[in-house]
Amino acid sequence: MDFEKLRHGTELIKRGFAKMQKGGVIMDVTNPEQARIAEEAGAVAVMALQAVPADIRKEGGVARMADPEIIQKIIDTVTIPVMAKARIGHFVEAEILEALGADMVDESEVLTPADPYFHIDKTEFTVPFVCGARNLGEALRRINEGAAMIRTKGEAGTGDVSQAVKHMKQIQGEIRELAGKNKEELIMVARDIEAPIELVIETAQMQRLPVVNFAAGGVATPADAALMMRLGADGVFVGSGIFKAENPEKMAKAVVEAVNNYDNPAKLAEISKGIGSGMKGISADMIPPEQALQERGW
Amino acid sequence: MVFLMKIGVIAIQGAVSEHVEALKRALAERGEDAEVVTIKHSGIVPVCSGIVIPGGESTTLCRLLAREGIAEEMKEAAAKGVPILGTCAGLIVLAKEGDEQVEKTSQELLGIMDTKVNRNAFGRQRESFEAELEVEILDSPYSGIFIRAPAIVSCGPGVKVLSRLNGFIIAAEQENVMALSFHPELTDDLRIHQYFLDKVFN
Repeated sequence: MDFEKLRHGTELIKRGFAKMQKGGVIMDVTNPEQARIAEEAGAVAVMALQAVPADIRKEGGVARMADPEIIQKIIDTVTIPVMAKARIGHFVEAEILEALGADMVDESEVLTPADPYFHIDKTEFTVPFVCGARNLGEALRRINEGAAMIRTKGEAGTGDVSQAVKHMKQIQGEIRELAGKNKEELIMVARDIEAPIELVIETAQMQRLPVVNFAAGGVATPADAALMMRLGADGVFVGSGIFKAENPEKMAKAVVEAVNNYDNPAKLAEISKGIGSGMKGISADMIPPEQALQERGW
Repeated sequence: MVFLMKIGVIAIQGAVSEHVEALKRALAERGEDAEVVTIKHSGIVPVCSGIVIPGGESTTLCRLLAREGIAEEMKEAAAKGVPILGTCAGLIVLAKEGDEQVEKTSQELLGIMDTKVNRNAFGRQRESFEAELEVEILDSPYSGIFIRAPAIVSCGPGVKVLSRLNGFIIAAEQENVMALSFHPELTDDLRIHQYFLDKVFN
């Protein structure tokens, strides 16, 4: 059999990749050493970044795709998948990441948006995408554009899990509300939330998003990660929470174990002992609306 | 109370629910009764009559299988002849020897199959693919889903090769243990799960 007959970048292949990440922890890293710590701890993938969200927030200015050299070095260092962030709407950054061999592109509100109106047409890519969402309409619009994975936006770089909780409950609640609605009522919902009717019907029938749904944005401790799993997340992204913690190695390992034992409080207690303090963080309430990353994208 | 056979799916991470659903559908199709359980901790493997290791990240799976004490139980189950099916990452976990990619992360492979594997034989995610496969145990082609797929590069005399693609072994069995590079749990075709269940019920 020759390679001509191989079908690349199909929806099944893209969504399938996201499924392989389920039950896992994806960690933000900014250099090969951190990537190695993440892999050693049992992360299922790493997100290669120029700076973690907490530092992006602190430094201000325009946040862009990471230096390809950093991404390349991280790709060369670890065996697990390497993801990287592109600015919302910046399809050329996404093409560059695909060319580098990134395994998934995060079209992320953590970076400064490059297009005030449009997200990337992700169906045009072979590489799968993950996108942030605060509610069902936003999630389904991203899936319609080709996202193979959704994550809550939360409020990145804060170490405050409250916004991730809010977005996860919002999405789950909206999905529950779809149950029992007939077609004309679903059409009405689709119009209200500005999402394609086919995806609304599919979501209503499945009683979950049609793609994998991770938690992200403010997860800082093993208990936070377990909380998000309890709320129905398929897995967890931890951004600044690992490498802004007092002891990143211990924190990374503990978060991985917490996701595997999220429904066992006694074990979570053991896991959470002696791992040092979590990142200091900032309450999401203290962030002025114009600085809230979650407001980026639509 | 009637004794109900248990079939376990390793549930550390990865495509767990897909395998659970596929097994349930396959059981319903053949009209047999068994309980499909998920395995996150030690103590469950010894009561299972069949075990599936799903796709996921092999580095993560190996680490946590050892940390949770499941790895040793799996070796004992394999030695006792319990049927085991490993898909994608499962193919790596079952192997005796890895390539340098596997070696550098010092993963503890279970060494249940006399195989040497290449962790990402078919490349990164952008190279992932679907393809129609000839598999020896099936009488018509099977649609294989390969995601950052591994492959067997060489195997001992006790291993029977069931399918090859571009020079790599992508399906093989060694008595009660079967390993696949691809993901039968991501398709609606239940023939491979049925083949595994044939072994469980015999």
